Amino acid sequence: MALTGMQIFKLLPKTNCKECGVPTCLAFAMNLASGKAELDSCPYVSDEARAQLEEAAAPPIRQVALGKGVRAAKTGGETVLYRHEKTFYNPTLIAGLITADTAADDVAKTLTDWHALQYERVGLNLRPELVAVKDVSGDAAAFAAVAKQVAETSEFNIILMSEDAAVMEAAVAACGFKRPLLYAATAANVEAIGKLALDNNLPLAVKADSIDGLVELTTTLTGMGLKDLVLDPGSREVKQGIEDMIALRRAALKDGNRALGFPTIAFPCEMAGNTDMEALVAGMYISKYGGIVVLSNLTTEALFPLLLERLNIYTDPQRPMTVTEGIYEIGTPDENSPVLVTTNFALTYFIVSGEIEASKVSSWLLIKDSEGLSVLTAWAAGKFSGDDVGLFVKKSGIADKVKHTELIIPGYAASIVADVEEELPGWTITVGPREAAHLPGFLKAR
Amino acid sequence: MAFEIKKEAYTGGIKTISIGKGDSAVTVGGETCYPFYTFEGDMPNKPLIAMEIWDMEPTDWAEAALVPFKDVVADPAAWAKKCVDEYGAEAIVLQLKSIDPNDRDASPQSAAETVKKVLDAVSVPVIVWGCAAPTKDEEVMKVVAEVCQNKNLLLGPVEEKNYKGIAAAAMGYGHSLIASSPIDVNLAKQINILLENFGMPMDRVVVDPTTGGLGYGMEYSYSVMERLSMAAMSQGDDKLQYPMINNLGNEVWKCKEAKESAEDAPLLGDPEKRAILMEAVGAVAYLLCGSNILIMRHPEAIRLAKEYIKAMIA
Ligand code: B12
Ligand code: SF4
Repeated sequence: MALTGMQIFKLLPKTNCKECGVPTCLAFAMNLASGKAELDSCPYVSDEARAQLEEAAAPPIRQVALGKGVRAAKTGGETVLYRHEKTFYNPTLIAGLITADTAADDVAKTLTDWHALQYERVGLNLRPELVAVKDVSGDAAAFAAVAKQVAETSEFNIILMSEDAAVMEAAVAACGFKRPLLYAATAANVEAIGKLALDNNLPLAVKADSIDGLVELTTTLTGMGLKDLVLDPGSREVKQGIEDMIALRRAALKDGNRALGFPTIAFPCEMAGNTDMEALVAGMYISKYGGIVVLSNLTTEALFPLLLERLNIYTDPQRPMTVTEGIYEIGTPDENSPVLVTTNFALTYFIVSGEIEASKVSSWLLIKDSEGLSVLTAWAAGKFSGDDVGLFVKKSGIADKVKHTELIIPGYAASIVADVEEELPGWTITVGPREAAHLPGFLKAR
Repeated sequence: MAFEIKKEAYTGGIKTISIGKGDSAVTVGGETCYPFYTFEGDMPNKPLIAMEIWDMEPTDWAEAALVPFKDVVADPAAWAKKCVDEYGAEAIVLQLKSIDPNDRDASPQSAAETVKKVLDAVSVPVIVWGCAAPTKDEEVMKVVAEVCQNKNLLLGPVEEKNYKGIAAAAMGYGHSLIASSPIDVNLAKQINILLENFGMPMDRVVVDPTTGGLGYGMEYSYSVMERLSMAAMSQGDDKLQYPMINNLGNEVWKCKEAKESAEDAPLLGDPEKRAILMEAVGAVAYLLCGSNILIMRHPEAIRLAKEYIKAMIA
């Protein structure tokens, strides 16, 4: 829980020595409370007060860093129950499962297949982050070998799944450099696995068969000095699964329950009879508070929809994704190439530029700042009016790049033609198709 | 001390509404907690999945969506019957695509005839979805309402520009309405208030908050629906306590990735399975943010969504 300025003030020296740059301790406390000052600016806070203040400033759900390299990721750090209240920060991480009895050749093939699962969209690369390596026979050497192969031959980061501390230790030795998540500490092994995670400074998942069980385990583990924990309440059917997720999120955010202030992990791979249902269950956890989801396999048909859902749910609702205003070259346009105009909503830009590219007709695409709104929305909000568009085209400098004076506008903006013409005397305004999908046909037919 | 879930203090609930007549009537809504939060309230009626058919043969459907209906797409009544008999549809949504003034501009009479035929062919509730051109929809819905008197059709979308004509027809001939607004809490409230002041019985209204496809604006619909649920239940706003409907299939299947062939998009794998999962994963998200009636297209996506609902209310 955040402290108020008065609560912070009580913990300060109250000498008003001014060394922090403001006249009084009270003013400094107020600045701290509103995030305008750093505690380090006061040289005189006692260690005890510092500990209390840091504890109070810690986020209600800890952010845990997983993995190393290009697919390193964070989970947790969430501050709200509903995305519109602020935003969801760290997208649900997606893992595929490989069992430790898989032959090296098959592991290699799986990794190659899974590596290919990367999708370019709105300027982002959508892809899964993790491979869960699961011990199935207690064979430490086999487990360590697969973990090592994944760590050394792929970009994926790793969840090591074994409840046997000795088996786990072998794998930690083999792939610890990639900062794997250890899964899991249970009531039976908490001391040994906890020590392993502590000694190697690794994140540790905690598995219990109830939320009460989790509280007990995390209390033990934080007592041992562990900080980076991940929670599995053990539910393996959807109804209990979602209830537990809601309970955990509310406990951390609304009750300030420190013992439950950690990200979560869920196992659709153990919750459905087939891979299609597994995808739906994973979808549920993307909506409702899953920090990590583990799938039995990564297939493009299931993964792609899940990555889209994740992109949607984790987009910052206060800031639509945008591209910068300006002139964009699609292909290698010259002075005779067509000139088109649209808004700076990232989704609009990427769909339109993709279709122009597909048409193979090199073009100039003008992007007008419309505060990240789609064509129709921008038009309805008065951010893509005829005067605006005309003025923008005039100032854009496109007239210096082309010999002609024809501007193609989106079909949905047909009603702005007259106003654009007025603003751009001498130009011909052509109304393009409504759907970008029809752009290739339209451009080719000209 | 044993852990206890922190419960939400609800001050309101969602109204129930019935669509269809007699034995075939179905009730939706009535929940007194957020969607599927049954540990702290009731969800007496499970969400309804309505199967989508068109009043004209679709020309731009993905092959995968067309295959199950190839033999019936030219005949809406046969199409509707197939949905019910073979795929167990709990309701039918007839999308009146033919009336679009920018397309075929079919007459109100011809549209009403099609609705009548579909209605006669099935014994489940029928929802009639216009072309979203307000004036045309108003003309058409008036005739549909009259031709299908007292069948309690669910008619929409109804918006500020055409609510008077459609609401008058619905009141006169015994139908229910879909109050539609573009992804905005205040606009959703406004159209409900307009309908109420006009005299529409408000136990015959569902809300269409506007549906964005998966990867194409779903996040906006999702958050507006969460906010509508919160306003209805936690803030007790009685102008927003109506069940919600989402025209999902139409949105998902029109996006590029649901249509691309295996050759166009080798990375996306099997086009059929991919699109089915796009629709089914989208359905889960919409169910979780409060959809009471979900309009879907592909029988397999529908089967998956129903299986999920079953597990969630078990
Ligand atoms: C998501 C959404 C919103 C989001 C904004 C999302 C965003 N970043 O723009 C929010 C919730 C904020 C919003 C707000 C509003 N919205 Co709104 N919104 C939508 C929705 C559902 C989807 C828009 C979208 O993302 N489309 C996807 C993008 C990619 O589409 P696009 O930019 O048009 O691009 C396509 C084409 O235009 C074409 N294209 C694009 N550029 C070019 C260029 C050329 C040259 C060519 C040829 C083609 C082309 O290609 C693209 C793909 O086909 C639409 C309904 C719908 N299904 O379209 C309503 C819609 C656009 N909204 C509408 C309205 C009225 C509003 C509001 C005024 C109402 C309100 N709620 O207050 C506000 C205005 C915004 C404001 N004041 O801040 C109306 C507009 C009605 C109209 N015809 O005037 C719509 C159509 C809903 C409706 N049926 O009533 N909205
Ligand atoms: S430096 Fe510390 S003690 Fe001095 S005025 Fe600032 S807060 Fe008070």
